[in-house]
Amino acid sequence: MQNLVTILVLAPLLGALVAGLFGRKIGDIASQAVTTGLLFLSCALSWYTFAQHTWGGLEPFTVKLLDFINIGTFHSAWSIRIDALSATMLIVVTSVSSLVHLYSWGYMAEDPSRPRFFAYLSLFTFAMLMLVTAADFMQLFFGWEGVGLASYLLIGFWFQKDSASSAAIKAFVVNRVGDFGFALGIMTIYWMFGTINFHELFPLIAAKANTSWMFLGHSFSALDLAAFLLFIGAMGKSAQFFLHTWLPDAMEGPTPVSALIHAATMVTAGVYMVCLLSPLFEYAPVAKMIVTYIGAITAIFAASIGFTQNDIKRVIAFSTCSQLGYMFFAAGVGAYEAAMFHLFTHAFFKALLFLGAGSVIHGMHHEQDMRHMGGLAKYLPVTYAAMTIGTIAITGLGIPYTQIGFAGFFSKDMIIETAWAAHNTPQGMFAFVIGILAALLTAFYSWRLAFMTFHGKKHWEAAHDDHHAHGHDDHAHAHGHDDHHGHAHTPHESPIVMLIPLIVLSIGAVAAGFVFAPYFIGDYAHAFWGHAIQHGPHNHVLHEAHHIEEAWVKWAPLVVTLIGTALAVYFYLLKPALPKAMAARKGPLYTFLYNKWFFDELYQATFVKGAKALGDLFWKVLDVKIIDGLGPNGAAWTALKSAQRLVKTQTGYVYHYAFVMFLGIAGLLTWVVFGMAR
Amino acid sequence: MSPVIPNLLSLITFLPLVGALAILGVKWVSRKDDASVIERNAKWIALWTTLATLALTVILLAGFDRTTTDYQFVEKVQWFSFLSYHMGVDGISVLFVALTALLMPLCILASWDSVKTRLVEYMIAFLVLETLVIGVFTALDLFLFYVFFEGGLVPMFLIIGIWGGKDRIYAAYKFFLYTLLGSVLMLAAMLYMVSVAGTSDIPTLSTYGFSQAAQPWLWFAFFASFAVKMPMWPVHTWLPDAHVQAPTAGSVMLAGILLKLGGYGFIRFNLPMFPHASELFTPFVLTLSVIAIVVTSLIAFRQTDIKKLIAYSSVAHMGFVTMGIFAGNQAGVQGAVYQMISHGFISGALFLCVGVVYDRWHTREIAFYGGLTKLMPHFAFVFLLFTMANVGLPGTSGFVGEILTMTGLYQASTWAALVAATGVILSAMYALTLFKRVMYGEVTNEQLKGHPDLSLREKIIFAPLIAGTLLLGIYPAFVFDFTTASVDAVVATYRAIIGG
Repeated sequence: MQNLVTILVLAPLLGALVAGLFGRKIGDIASQAVTTGLLFLSCALSWYTFAQHTWGGLEPFTVKLLDFINIGTFHSAWSIRIDALSATMLIVVTSVSSLVHLYSWGYMAEDPSRPRFFAYLSLFTFAMLMLVTAADFMQLFFGWEGVGLASYLLIGFWFQKDSASSAAIKAFVVNRVGDFGFALGIMTIYWMFGTINFHELFPLIAAKANTSWMFLGHSFSALDLAAFLLFIGAMGKSAQFFLHTWLPDAMEGPTPVSALIHAATMVTAGVYMVCLLSPLFEYAPVAKMIVTYIGAITAIFAASIGFTQNDIKRVIAFSTCSQLGYMFFAAGVGAYEAAMFHLFTHAFFKALLFLGAGSVIHGMHHEQDMRHMGGLAKYLPVTYAAMTIGTIAITGLGIPYTQIGFAGFFSKDMIIETAWAAHNTPQGMFAFVIGILAALLTAFYSWRLAFMTFHGKKHWEAAHDDHHAHGHDDHAHAHGHDDHHGHAHTPHESPIVMLIPLIVLSIGAVAAGFVFAPYFIGDYAHAFWGHAIQHGPHNHVLHEAHHIEEAWVKWAPLVVTLIGTALAVYFYLLKPALPKAMAARKGPLYTFLYNKWFFDELYQATFVKGAKALGDLFWKVLDVKIIDGLGPNGAAWTALKSAQRLVKTQTGYVYHYAFVMFLGIAGLLTWVVFGMAR
Repeated sequence: MSPVIPNLLSLITFLPLVGALAILGVKWVSRKDDASVIERNAKWIALWTTLATLALTVILLAGFDRTTTDYQFVEKVQWFSFLSYHMGVDGISVLFVALTALLMPLCILASWDSVKTRLVEYMIAFLVLETLVIGVFTALDLFLFYVFFEGGLVPMFLIIGIWGGKDRIYAAYKFFLYTLLGSVLMLAAMLYMVSVAGTSDIPTLSTYGFSQAAQPWLWFAFFASFAVKMPMWPVHTWLPDAHVQAPTAGSVMLAGILLKLGGYGFIRFNLPMFPHASELFTPFVLTLSVIAIVVTSLIAFRQTDIKKLIAYSSVAHMGFVTMGIFAGNQAGVQGAVYQMISHGFISGALFLCVGVVYDRWHTREIAFYGGLTKLMPHFAFVFLLFTMANVGLPGTSGFVGEILTMTGLYQASTWAALVAATGVILSAMYALTLFKRVMYGEVTNEQLKGHPDLSLREKIIFAPLIAGTLLLGIYPAFVFDFTTASVDAVVATYRAIIGG
């Protein structure tokens, strides 16, 4: 089993190295085959590991591969930790990744840099596997920044485009803001407990409850501080409120990347971390409260933006952001199992939606603006069916009190119910209300996307030509898709390699809920999670959520989802002129939402401009005027200028210097010889 | 312990000097030949000399006992009652010797075609520089140390002053002025120490225990000299000018080795010899260090010259070193030593990257470039790798030093750790922006076309640096196996004295 999981984790790295270093030599097809093949191997092994864990009685274990940083008590090692949490993440990561590899055979078919693309995809997968199997904070951080690197490379994959490389930098830097908190959190943990190894750390935590810790000259509740600092890292990686601005821009990357990294796997790393650290968060009530509020605010905030955007990928990006908010507030109220379950189901239907969107974009010859789509159901029937399933899944359609529903129904309703179970706290109540409201918005923006794309008038017939004149060419050029421009612009269904992943994910979006609910959140949950998720003595939210007596709480999500759906039907099927008029009027609320609450403008005006102004100040004033002005260019300079005139050769200074030095040595000698002799 | 080769340290130290003399000799013998023949001879002699030195260093590393804190490969010849030719290495200095020996052949190779004038003298200057720099790390006598330490700057002045860019005189002058200031103070302190302790033996002085009244003065005198070398803010302004003017190999040596003399000095002198003063001045040093990190990172963000940007980034990275050392704990000092070794690889490689484009287009203006990835994919890979190492990405050596020095600092001051940690954000900003402007985008400047990707020679230069950066990043024990015993001893003694 130990060898198996080692192969599982290292296989994608091997693929990345082969395709990355020898891609030119072995050719495109070989590169694609190697990376994809190894990924499917990794995926098969992951499912085997998961099955062994869930049904085969496999006990959690850790394989140590190699020492990493070992200084005094600062121990870390390259290892592979297998438990319920990591086994779950293994199947999520490798399943989506192998499907995305396969899908990219079709989507990237005309790109000249395919080996590079597949190498990056596999590199990402490796880093993500290192992240989820880490046994200590150093490897976790390695994986954390490693996926950040892969994300940077893939967002900027079409590096000729300025917008792509800018978005890549933005993603990396904003994530670094999160990592800044993460790193401080790791240091706090280290000095607080003397270890950064999870296995050693977790048993020590309870004893530190209610102790305080000095930080920045103030006394903080020790565990709250540590948990909060670590959570800042999670906010960056999972694009939560304040640190979310990179995610919509990340859509500059090729669509398979968006599906894999910016929907199904990497962005869920923050949620994973909070669940992994449940032994810590359980004793950090204030940090948990912050997690709940940030999660809930993100859920509603991102949803509110989602329904004003016109770029198909950006809508899904904000939807991801919002769903991540759900996961966080579930974790925040203590229902880590529900958070992980939603992470799991969300991976299927969100990857499905993104890959479906990719299929649409591919079929529309790289058109991403939904206003130029419409009526595509007939032209892309498989994609249409798949996207519809994905949409139903994300809206969480299902019948309360039964086991009938799509994947999202099981996980999202569970989250809302756990929030209700915590409604005696202000943050629990807040999360519950937000959860209901955001469910309405989710249904609305998700169906809006489906209707604008697949139903109604064919806007591409008229719109395509004039749209062609601006902004489109550079995109297509970067793709090497120029040949598309030659033939007719009738949308077409995607090739079979792209449809297979859609079909597989559709099955997941339908079935992942009812198949796995008993293990993640139901009767077998306790046995399934084992010690991977721990609960404090007073945390019974999951149990209470199963015994909610108020029927309206159970029915509310379904009702608001139906209302949201109905609104979308009304505005985008029955009266499509209405939203257009609203958008054209550019009212203040619309403008506010359309511009994403002006976060980018705010950050630009403060942080970016501030950094530039400070940089100029420090450089041109402090360094040049003050330091150099007083120092070398000032008094000393003029004093020595006369000396300069005496020695006109270029190397004059050297002689000065040598003279002074040997004078010094002579002095030293004299002093020593005669001083000692005395 | 019986060394494989007798007097190995002296051999390593002075072999480059012998090479320099050999070049002179061959020049004299073949003085009737064509100038190009003489130059070719000089190049090959320099290369083989540095490679031989490297080979000897490998023997040194192989024979080094990693378990002891004692000085090894010791050579001691008493010259006077108070003065001896005393050489030896411990787990800290041995790695700096190795780093110097590794970078030097790369410097020779990097200069192979790019130096057009007075090539013979250029090679001699580098070989003399190698002897003097290795001498700094192997000398165990105050007097010897001083000669090597100050003497090493002479060839550096020459390298900047003769083979530098158009403002080379100003840059060399500025370098000189700063250095002079520091060295005069250090010399005075040394005179005092020898007169009081009656010996110039460094191991003896380390345990001598200078009076608490004298320590602050002595500490400050040494600090002045080392702070200029690091360089620490605010005595750093010579560095950007020196780098911009220096030829590529000069920058590699400057950033890769000469900056480390300061950090080495702090660990060898300030911490063990003046522990009370070190403790007293810790807040002062930590403040300067974190100011360096933030201020120079922000300045780097605004640079329009590639080399200047990397030079400022060096100052910021040296801020991590000084703060790690004066955190005075295991994590801090180990991290600082590690960061110095790692920075030797990374900054050396980055300056070589600048050299690659400078050799082709003769400008360092960022705005001139753009879209090079398309034209030079191999170079793009190399430059990206070292850019990521420079921003401290885990898996590269840049990460280990940063995280350990910050961890060490956290114990000393959470405020300082917080400010230092912003450095990881700022470094990403300036380094990735630089990469984008030079490498990404469309090729809009027609002049960029028509130059080849990395040559075989350039790939050979980068290969060991890439291997080093990644291997150290994945398995840092390559360094820690050597340093642990020695650094732990320094830290334990220091903490025992200051009572922490």
